[in-house]
Amino acid sequence: MASLDWSAIGLSLRLAAIVCTVLLVIGTPIAYWLTFSKWRWKFLVESVVALPLVLPPTVLGFYVLLAIGSRSPVGRAWEGWTGHGLAFTFEGLVLASLLYSLPFMVQPIGAAFARVDRSLIEASATLGASRVRTFFRVTVPLSVEGIITGIVLSFAHTLGEFGVVLMVGGNLPGTTRTVSIAIYDHVQAFQYDEAKATALFLLLFSFVILALVYSLTRKPWAVVPNA
Amino acid sequence: MILTAEIRTRLSPDFTLDVRFTAPPGITMLFGASGSGKTTLLRCLAGLHRPDAGRVTIGDRVVLDRTAGIDVAARERGLGYVFQHLALFPHMTVEHNLHYGLAHFHMSVRRERTREIAASFKIAHLLARKPGEISGGERQRVALARSLVTNPRLLLLDEPLSALDHVTKSRIIEDLRAWNAARGLPILYITHSHREVFALGEHVIALKGGRILAEGTPQEVLEMPAHEPLAQLAGFENFFDATVMTVRSSGGTMHCRLADSDAELEVPLARTTEGAAVRIAIRAGDILLAIEAPRGLSARNVLKGTLTSIQREGATMILMVQAGAPFEVHVTPDACESLSLVEGQPVWIVIKTRSCRIVSTGSAAQPL
Repeated sequence: MASLDWSAIGLSLRLAAIVCTVLLVIGTPIAYWLTFSKWRWKFLVESVVALPLVLPPTVLGFYVLLAIGSRSPVGRAWEGWTGHGLAFTFEGLVLASLLYSLPFMVQPIGAAFARVDRSLIEASATLGASRVRTFFRVTVPLSVEGIITGIVLSFAHTLGEFGVVLMVGGNLPGTTRTVSIAIYDHVQAFQYDEAKATALFLLLFSFVILALVYSLTRKPWAVVPNA
Repeated sequence: MILTAEIRTRLSPDFTLDVRFTAPPGITMLFGASGSGKTTLLRCLAGLHRPDAGRVTIGDRVVLDRTAGIDVAARERGLGYVFQHLALFPHMTVEHNLHYGLAHFHMSVRRERTREIAASFKIAHLLARKPGEISGGERQRVALARSLVTNPRLLLLDEPLSALDHVTKSRIIEDLRAWNAARGLPILYITHSHREVFALGEHVIALKGGRILAEGTPQEVLEMPAHEPLAQLAGFENFFDATVMTVRSSGGTMHCRLADSDAELEVPLARTTEGAAVRIAIRAGDILLAIEAPRGLSARNVLKGTLTSIQREGATMILMVQAGAPFEVHVTPDACESLSLVEGQPVWIVIKTRSCRIVSTGSAAQPL
């Protein structure tokens, strides 16, 4: 049995965890705004958020590469601040993955917010609660399943991404060489034993996480209608 | 505490809510069919919907004045609102639902207030349970208690008891009245049921198409409906166009011939003249049915006809009788069975003079 590619696995898990955490922080307000805003041009923002769902990863990766390259303002600003470019670095990978996985966080959370009975939110207001208090005491607790789904999907999606990583990060061991790229490399080099072991690990890991999540989100507070 | 409200808001090109009224302490029923604007009115009062124009005061506090640019947010209006589907927080226990509106109080105050209100509304034994684990009637009590525990200055109820049986409903209302006896809050209670208006209301406002149709005690508003839309709301099933044939001022009656028919009805005297067109409203439950020609009755209207259809709706048998004009008659299932009624058989209908109401139509409407 060939040994697992721990360097690639560790890198992928770290990338997925960081992206997932950042997306939770920025994706939740976006989901809230998309759900409750009455702005007439809202659909434009919705479309932009959903773009990564339909664009080929190579297209998205290509544009990100252009945007963070040393000739773009973003790339130059980053270089001036840190001393090195964004392309083919872990930070560049994080940025690209944030864009790529954004809809996987925003959409389930937004859908969960939209399912919260509006009269509960209004009841909270008539009971003197501020919007922030209503959000944390009513909207979020009743959207837990959607939030967990968003976390799991964006984590899994980042873990398994391939095209964007290849375009933006390249294939630098320990820096941008993620699990999916490592597996691809092994196959290209006819190292089937390594590929098998790493792929199996990813498969089992993903299954265990999903099984855990689904077992924990079995409608913790179902309301009996008109009992 | 007194509520004064003046609200105008256009909801669609053909529906504008335009009302002006005062609600004294105690229960005021807002009565009207669905789509009459009752819920929108309540939402405007609560600050959940901003009207195009208007002014609302609760006691001496102005909570809305569009011309002066005042629009106090819902959370600062200090009112209780019980939603049609109650809107209890499903993920919290009854106790935490009751605590929710008391966030700015110390825990000991919260506990004390919750204990008091739970005792008043007989829900002390439910505090540890969640809304999904208690009965419908108990949920209504919790929703009422939650809206009142904050000591609101106005209570708004959007058909909160419509799903309950009469006994449960009247017990809850008794507890609400007892609670309010010392406090004197204005309570606005939405309903579309005229039974509830009679049972609960001290003061009734009837809404139709976004406007106030009539206002007064339940008797004033419902017993003598001079307006046909209100008569329909109040449970008059039969309406007939008729012509006044003779007026007997001394007897306090007049005879009217139903349109397209030779059937005549004796009806109470109204301010009209012979030859005038009137409209007559009769409750289906006020008409008696006989399977033989009745004799020796005090009732003045006995019409022979044919039973054309029999339908059951809950505990009511709905009979249609063709007697010059189609009459809808309601009887109990037992009565229907003991008379062995069958469709097509000849029957007589008996209507007291006083059971016939003259309702005016169109511009001829008289004020109540």
